[in-house]
Amino acid sequence: MEYSEKVLDHFANPRNVGEISDADGVGTVGNPTCGDMTTVYIRVKDGRITDIKFKTFGCAAAIATASMTTELALGKTLDEALAIGRNDVADALDGLPPVKMHCSNLAADALHAAIEECMAK
Amino acid sequence: MKRIYLDHAATTAVDREVVQTMMPYFTETYGNASSLHSFGRDARNALDASRQTVADALGAHANEIIFTSGGTESDNLALKGVGKGHIITSSIEHPAILRTCKYLEDHGCDVTYVPVDSYGMVDPGDVESAITDDTTLISVMHANNEVGTIQPIGKIGSIAKDHGILFHTDAVQSFGKTEIDVQRMNIDLLSVSSHKVYGPKGVGALYIRKGVEIEPLLHGGGHEMGMRASTENIPGIVGFAKAASLAIERSEQDTRHLTGLRDMLIAGVMDSIDDVTLNGHPTERLPNNANLRFAFVEGESLLLHLDMKGIAVSTGSACSSASLDPSHVLLALGLAPEDIHGSIRFTLGRENTESEISYVLEVLPEIVGKLRAISPLAER
Ligand code: FES
Repeated sequence: MEYSEKVLDHFANPRNVGEISDADGVGTVGNPTCGDMTTVYIRVKDGRITDIKFKTFGCAAAIATASMTTELALGKTLDEALAIGRNDVADALDGLPPVKMHCSNLAADALHAAIEECMAK
Repeated sequence: MKRIYLDHAATTAVDREVVQTMMPYFTETYGNASSLHSFGRDARNALDASRQTVADALGAHANEIIFTSGGTESDNLALKGVGKGHIITSSIEHPAILRTCKYLEDHGCDVTYVPVDSYGMVDPGDVESAITDDTTLISVMHANNEVGTIQPIGKIGSIAKDHGILFHTDAVQSFGKTEIDVQRMNIDLLSVSSHKVYGPKGVGALYIRKGVEIEPLLHGGGHEMGMRASTENIPGIVGFAKAASLAIERSEQDTRHLTGLRDMLIAGVMDSIDDVTLNGHPTERLPNNANLRFAFVEGESLLLHLDMKGIAVSTGSACSSASLDPSHVLLALGLAPEDIHGSIRFTLGRENTESEISYVLEVLPEIVGKLRAISPLAER
């Protein structure tokens, strides 16, 4: 199993790590396959994601996909961000090892949960 | 970048002296040990001498040693060779034992898996009370490959003897690191492997007490006293014997060296990082094993960060296993899956130095800190 350069880069230097104390939406998702966890925080203004942060307890793929997801979502409208799926994240990272594809669900699902929470408000 | 190898339970580098000893057996003494001519006799002499060396290291007789392709084959030969009816083993055995037990269960055997306590220790009383009229074999490992706990195999051996049941032990991890005496410990069958003791890969041995009848796995030309057909791997066997004799010769010195480094690593990590726990037994453990659990972080991430710094370790985390199951050993110790995630195994070797351990202690707190800063589980 080998990770792409991009995965290793986002793993070693994850972007947008942290929490947003008064976030407009927070989504936490556990990985049923291996028991790991990702939380995504978003701040939304005029229907766009103006700030996004994440925290992940998981493998290198889980950390890298969360980092990439936040990069993809930042500046997007909520509808655009809802359309971000696991394959988009994996593609943006130049692919993931097949055994690690399940990890890419974590971040996208947590993002979607955060957006849904925000929309429900 | 300097590279530091702390994964000696996985495998070891072949000792240079061992390599030197093996070399002539590729190009000069290359005969088939079954041949009657002088080439064959030279190979046979090397084989006999190697068998004696390995026997001496275990307190056995030469005709009780069968050379195999490694620990896995030795375990398979022992279990499939004598196991029938009911077998007793432990829940923390190596997959070479556990999967073989599953195979035997599929072929009509009953297997009892005795549990371990939170240190990874088997209670000999549990073994004794699992014995039934159908029990033919007890197989409990000498030292565990993940957490390094050393089992009371002497006690289990005498229980087996009292009940007239055969006793096998997988000594792949303990051989060369803690004393083994098949007589004193009442062991009937014992598996060892060469590549864990600075010998070549692809060689191991099974000790079979004289008089124990065993069904071979490999049928063919009658090699190894008819118990394992296949032309003997003379260079490998000679290398294994050399590695075994070096291990015995250096055992005191190695144990002192490894214990010192291990304790320096454990104490150093505990001093510099909060929320760290030692997995396994505090005292009854292999001199080279430190299995540490770092709360709130995942082991594959930790492993890769260490790898980026040139440090090689292993982890029991579900994320790093092909099956995405957490380590069966750490589960058997009663750990929760999220605790297993953060478990890292450091296994030290002869060539490691204090300055290497210092380097690990220098980089580890920062890595753990970085991962905890990302972790949603870490306390705020
Ligand atoms: S988060 Fe567990 S395998 Fe990726």
